[in-house]
Amino acid sequence: MESAVIAAVCGEVRGDFKSGRTRSLDWRLAQLKSIVDLIKKHEEDITEAVAVDMGKPSYECFASEIFPVKSACQLAIKNLKNWTAAVNVPPLLATLPASASMKPEPFGVVLIISAWNFPFLLSLDPMVGAIAAGNAVVLKPSEMAPATSALIARLLPLYLDKSAIRVVEGGIPETTALLQQKWDKIFYTGSPRVGRIVMAEAAKNLTPVTLELGGKSPVIVDSSSDLKVATRRIAVGKWGNNNGQACVSPDYVLVDSSCSTKFIEAMKDTLKSFYGENPRESMDISRVVNINHFNRLVGLLDDPNIASKIAHGGEKDETKLYIAPTLLEDVPLDSKVMSEEIFGPILPIISVRSIDEAIDIVNSRPKPLALYLFTKKDKVKEKVIAETSAGGMVVNDCCLHFLTTTLPFGGVGESGMGSYHGKFSFDAFSHHKAILTRPFWMDIMARYPPYSAHKKTFIRCLLEADFVGVILCLLGLKG
Amino acid sequence: MAAVPGKIPASQRAVAFGKLGLLSRASCCRSRAARFRPGYLSLSPRRGLAAATCTASVAMDPLQTDRLVAELRDEFRSGRTRPMDWRAAQLRAMLRMIDEREGEIIEALDRDIGKPAYETYVAELSTIANSCTNALKHLRSWMAPEKVSTSMISFPSSGEIVPEPLGVALVISAWNFPFLLSLDPVIGAICAGNAVVLKPSELAPATAALLAKLVPLYLDKKAIRVVEGGVPETTALLDQQWDKIFYTGSTRVGKIVMAAAAKNLTPVVLELGGKSPVLVDSNVDVKVTARRIALGKWGNNNAQACISPDYILADESVVPKLITAIKECLLEFYGDDPSRSKDIARVVNGSHFERLTGLLDEDGVKDKIVFGGARDSNKLFIAPTVILDPPADSAVMTEEIFGPLLPVIPVDSMESAMSFVNTRPKPLALYLFTRDKALEKKVVSETSAGGMVVNDTVLHFVTETMPFGGVGHSGMGAYHGKFSFDAFSHRKAVLYRGFWADMASRYPPYTIAKQNFVRNFLQGNYLEAIKALLQNLRS
Repeated sequence: MESAVIAAVCGEVRGDFKSGRTRSLDWRLAQLKSIVDLIKKHEEDITEAVAVDMGKPSYECFASEIFPVKSACQLAIKNLKNWTAAVNVPPLLATLPASASMKPEPFGVVLIISAWNFPFLLSLDPMVGAIAAGNAVVLKPSEMAPATSALIARLLPLYLDKSAIRVVEGGIPETTALLQQKWDKIFYTGSPRVGRIVMAEAAKNLTPVTLELGGKSPVIVDSSSDLKVATRRIAVGKWGNNNGQACVSPDYVLVDSSCSTKFIEAMKDTLKSFYGENPRESMDISRVVNINHFNRLVGLLDDPNIASKIAHGGEKDETKLYIAPTLLEDVPLDSKVMSEEIFGPILPIISVRSIDEAIDIVNSRPKPLALYLFTKKDKVKEKVIAETSAGGMVVNDCCLHFLTTTLPFGGVGESGMGSYHGKFSFDAFSHHKAILTRPFWMDIMARYPPYSAHKKTFIRCLLEADFVGVILCLLGLKG
Repeated sequence: MAAVPGKIPASQRAVAFGKLGLLSRASCCRSRAARFRPGYLSLSPRRGLAAATCTASVAMDPLQTDRLVAELRDEFRSGRTRPMDWRAAQLRAMLRMIDEREGEIIEALDRDIGKPAYETYVAELSTIANSCTNALKHLRSWMAPEKVSTSMISFPSSGEIVPEPLGVALVISAWNFPFLLSLDPVIGAICAGNAVVLKPSELAPATAALLAKLVPLYLDKKAIRVVEGGVPETTALLDQQWDKIFYTGSTRVGKIVMAAAAKNLTPVVLELGGKSPVLVDSNVDVKVTARRIALGKWGNNNAQACISPDYILADESVVPKLITAIKECLLEFYGDDPSRSKDIARVVNGSHFERLTGLLDEDGVKDKIVFGGARDSNKLFIAPTVILDPPADSAVMTEEIFGPLLPVIPVDSMESAMSFVNTRPKPLALYLFTRDKALEKKVVSETSAGGMVVNDTVLHFVTETMPFGGVGHSGMGAYHGKFSFDAFSHRKAVLYRGFWADMASRYPPYTIAKQNFVRNFLQGNYLEAIKALLQNLRS
């Protein structure tokens, strides 16, 4: 799409927002219900598109893409009246009589830039928040998931307000042209590198942003863990979640050295039980998304320091964009596979002597989007929570916080800024306007110049909540 | 009277307040902010001593900023700023500082902007004191993890949101409320457990120097630092990697700050400005309306405040009465010759003076002046001025005025007023005077602004239970009260699970039975889910 066309689209969407149409609760509810309807009628199409784009199993597509969007709509529909209501708060005593409240209002016209790995989810999930908050939306799905992008571009205008909610397909030129327009909010899901570009563009118009980025999400496993359960949950969080290509994928494991061998054995058993002896034949695991990523991942394995550390897996098949679930044992901490976000089916397992060592390794790196901790010990839980920072944490599991709508989902530092899910999605796309209302009667003359000594004493008593002093002033006995 | 700067005994405050308007101007070491006000002599020995002291600025060499940030990062990593005791101790020390050094603070502000002691007390000192007191009261609850319910999806599980400090924060302050806008955000940073660098505005040099002197005396001088300086120092600071940047100032520089922050993915709060309109309906109490607008304007740093009422859109039927009432107010407040009033701040410096007189002297504007207009460049004085119906495209109607000029535009309806506002960038504040509840509702829902006040001006600023911040060009993010704590915190989601109750249906291979189970379970069809589970167990 040419940039002149993009500018025109944005102008039209702004006109739609200005008309006020998107602000009505009825409009918002209608859009949300239509999304539910779209999903109901086209679940198979969506599942197929995602399978074409990256071979995602239908089980995963339902659990991690279709269901969360549907449930986000249902939650928003149920709570919209509540969310949009003004919230009354107590005013400062010295300003009485007064009433104070906060009223959420839409930002206006929002741009959502989605990612390829959960192409349906990461397009529609933020959109649910934008719509619930009353905004007009332009969505840019990822060109690296072309089947899903095309499907979204086809279906959305059929079900939703096709003027106030637009889909712009395309790659870097279209994204660049979109970023040059003036937006009231930009929601970006993707890499930290591009996140910087998005924020720099947003700065030109003082556009607030939510950046859902990534990083290396570590898993810390201590010796008190039930290794069978731990390896299953780590494995499903890794290979069962778009084959390691998820922002919250467990990236690497730091396991207590006393149980590292048992851990690796348990993980091998788990992988066999999930994917059989030959995972290449399994239908239950996504592909690597494309040849670029395939080459990148193979490059990580081809490092001579790494090749000797492969404890399991390592097989590959370029024709199928297949890399076996691969375990690496005790690779150097400064190797490439331990420096870049892996985003693939390779799991380094590093043995550590203590929790402190694990914490030091984690803290020497950028703050991750997620941190996973497996332990039975409360003290260890408290320590890790207090001494590390991450977007979010799960104790004794992986990724599930993503489906917990009462928890804000987002990063910190390199892994992002802002959050969403549940009401946090509504808030991400709202401005909470403070409103103070006062009556005309009751005007304290001490507020106004000329500032006599008496007025100063009175106002000081009032502001310091020295009510006795206030009364004395009023009686002329003070100041 | 104390010979060294310190707390002025209460009995002498009244005397001191009156005399604080009289100050000898010595040119400051920092020539950029030189101010000269001949004809006013210092009368008190305390003033003389203070006036003779020109604190040498401790400007930071741009090359030293890396070391500064590295030191602060070490301080933060040591964990010292995290315990509640540390945070509370800083807040208490700040309260002590305000209490013991009130006189010096008032004097510095007087020197920097000629701010009346009354205003300094009300707008800066009392606000900071309240922030500290409020924070001390609530800090424990703010710091506590917030428990959340979790659903059947993760059953059995529990969840909480754990607030944690972002790390090392940079606070860049402004010149107009140089004490308040330095310490109020710093309070938020401290409450949230961060280490912090404060860069006060070089355009208020006496206050900057005072902060540079007092903060290390009262607060933790390793973890809370003051860096003085101008553009080179600020640029050097912005090149560093921060975990949060809090900037108060202009829209133009806000963009520069955000662009610099983008390089390190640093989240920002930008408290900017804009033209805060006042909408006046025909059914108002004109006298009270005029007083409250006048106070919000000229009584608030002489309109040099981010939330100053910038211009009025008034129903044409009420314009004559309103202008008369404003004139009467101004006479009441400042007398016949406002240049002699001690109750109004100066224009801050020569370049703002030039800018403002430029707005007044524009063709099409100067003949619309209905009150005021007098000016004196030696005193940096411009009279409170009312301009009736200047052209909509004049500079005074397109730029943020930030000075004692008040345009009044008659409108034929409140709808016209709202359209006018909506064609312009979203302001930091919008003020509405009306008795019509329906109109109130309409304006709330059909206009956007950082914050709104109905039937008054600026007071939302002190209402700590509400977030204070802008939207669009007037800013992003908010603070005050708990919002300050949140502005400098990361709210970390934590989901807890146990090892027991591990569902095989979560795991590959994905049989039909497992798929049925998951579909039904996630969607709350538990009966179907159990059936599918049993089927899976059988197979």
